[in-house]
Amino acid sequence: MRRWVLPGLLLMGLVGAWQVAASTGALADLLGLESFLVPSPAEIAESLWQNRSLLAENAWVTLQEVVLGLGFALVAGLGFAVAMHLSGTLRRASHPLVVGSQAIPILVIAPILVVWFGYGIGPKAAIVALICFFPITVNTLDGLRSVDPEATKMMRTLDASRHQILWRVEGPTALPYVLSGIKIAVAIAMIGAVFGEWAGANSGLGILIRQDSAQLETARLFASVAVLAAMALALFALVALAERRIVTWR
Amino acid sequence: MPAKAKESAAESASPAYGEAPGVAVSIRGLRHSYGELRTIEGLDLHAPAHGVLGLVGPSGCGKSTLLELIAGLQEPERGEVALGDGLGPDARLARCAFMPQRDMLLPWLSAIDNAALALRNRGVRRGAARREAGLLFERFGLAGFEQAHPAELSGGMRQRVAFLRTLVAGKPVLALDEPFASLDAITRAEMQEWLAGALAADPRTVVLVTHDVEEALYLCDRVAVLSARPARVVDELNAPEPRAADRDAAVTDPEFVAARERALHALRKGAK
Repeated sequence: MRRWVLPGLLLMGLVGAWQVAASTGALADLLGLESFLVPSPAEIAESLWQNRSLLAENAWVTLQEVVLGLGFALVAGLGFAVAMHLSGTLRRASHPLVVGSQAIPILVIAPILVVWFGYGIGPKAAIVALICFFPITVNTLDGLRSVDPEATKMMRTLDASRHQILWRVEGPTALPYVLSGIKIAVAIAMIGAVFGEWAGANSGLGILIRQDSAQLETARLFASVAVLAAMALALFALVALAERRIVTWR
Repeated sequence: MPAKAKESAAESASPAYGEAPGVAVSIRGLRHSYGELRTIEGLDLHAPAHGVLGLVGPSGCGKSTLLELIAGLQEPERGEVALGDGLGPDARLARCAFMPQRDMLLPWLSAIDNAALALRNRGVRRGAARREAGLLFERFGLAGFEQAHPAELSGGMRQRVAFLRTLVAGKPVLALDEPFASLDAITRAEMQEWLAGALAADPRTVVLVTHDVEEALYLCDRVAVLSARPARVVDELNAPEPRAADRDAAVTDPEFVAARERALHALRKGAK
C-alpha cells in the first residue's frame, strides 16, 4: 500500500493545481480560450454524476467491444503461437510476417472494416482483436521457446510425448509471458475500440466523445475520457490479480 | 515419442521400480561430432547389469554428450551404443532415465508430483501416481516433504527429489550428469552417502558423469578417465572394494587414496 502514497500525492497535487487554474480562469487565459471550454475537475465530476446513465450505457457498448476483441485475440493468438511453436516450418514462414504486420497502421483500416461489415459490434471487436493479437502471439511464442532444453530432454527420458511436454513443461513456463502479453493488449484495446467507433458506430464512448467535441461539451468529454481510463485500469488490475493467483511459483 | 517406443517403455518398466531387470551398457567404437567439431572418437566402454560406471574427464570433453548418446537423446556418427538388446534411439530412451546437471524440478508442481512425472506421462492417474512415488519418499528419507514446492526445498533436498523422479521412471539404466555439482561440500558428501545407500537398496545400471574423482571412486564400481576432446579412455580402474559404509572412512583408506592418485594422474595426462 505504501508504494501508492507518493503517486497518490502527486495525482492530488496535479488535480488540485488544475482545479485552481481552471476555476480562476487562469488556464483558459493562458490557452487563449473561453473559460467554459476549460472545465475544472469539479465540473467534470459534476458532469460525470449528472450523465451517469448516459455514460454507463455507452461505456457498456465500448466494454463489450473490448472484451469480445480481447477474447478473439487471446484464442487466435494462443492458438497461432502454439502452432508456430510446434511447426518450425510454420514459424519460419510466418514469424517475419507477424512482426512485419506491425508496420501496418491497423487503426486506419477501421473504415474499411466498417464498409465491409457495417455499424455493428463486429468491426470494432475486429479492430481490437487485430491490435491485441500481436503482443499476445509474440509473448506466448517467446514464453514457449524460453524452456530450458535440459528440461525437455529430461521429460523425453521420462517417456513424455510431444503434447505432454507442451502441456506439463512448456505451457506453464509460457504462462507468465502470456499474462504480460495480455496486460499490454488490455492497455491498447481501449484505443482500438475508440478508433473503431470513430470509423462508424451509433453508440459507445468514442461516439459520445465525438459528439461532445462537436457540441463543445468539454466537461462531459473529459468525463468520458475518465471512464475510458477507469475501464482500462480495471481490466489491467483484473489481469494482474489473475497473474498473482495463477503464477504462484515466481 | 512414437507409440511403439511407449509400449516398450511400459514393458521394460514393469513390474514397478525396484524390480527393474538388469541391463548392461555397451559402447563400441563410438564417434560423435557437432558439425566440424569431433567430440568423441573411438570410445569403448562397458557397464555390467547393476554396475555403476563413473566417467571423469576435463571440462568440455564430451561427457554430457556421451550421456545423451546413452539415453537415446542423440545418435552416434559411428559405432554403437547398446542398452541390453536395445540399439536404436527409441529402445535406449525406453531403457534409460536421465538426470540433468541442474535438478530441473518443475516449480509449479509439488515434490511428489515432480517425482511422479514419469508415471503421469505413462498415463497413470494422479492419485495412483502419487501413492507409488510416495512409497519412495518414505524409503529415501523424504517423508513429510511430499507437498513442498521446489522453491521451499534446500539444494540437497531438490537433488534427492530429482533423483527419485529418475528412479520412479523404473528404467533399468540411469544416466546421471554431475548430480551434485551445484551443492556445497558438506551437502555433497551427505548426498554421496545417500546415493550410495539408495543404489544399494534399489540396484540399477548407472552411468555417472562427474568432474570429482573422489566422488566417482566412492560411488562407482569402475571409473573411466576420459581425455580432452575428442574424448577417449585414458585409463580405467576398479574402485577399491569393499566400500566402507561411511564416506569419511572410505576416502581415507590407503587403497582409495592410491586409486585417487592414479585417476588424477590419468586425468592430467589426458587433459593435455
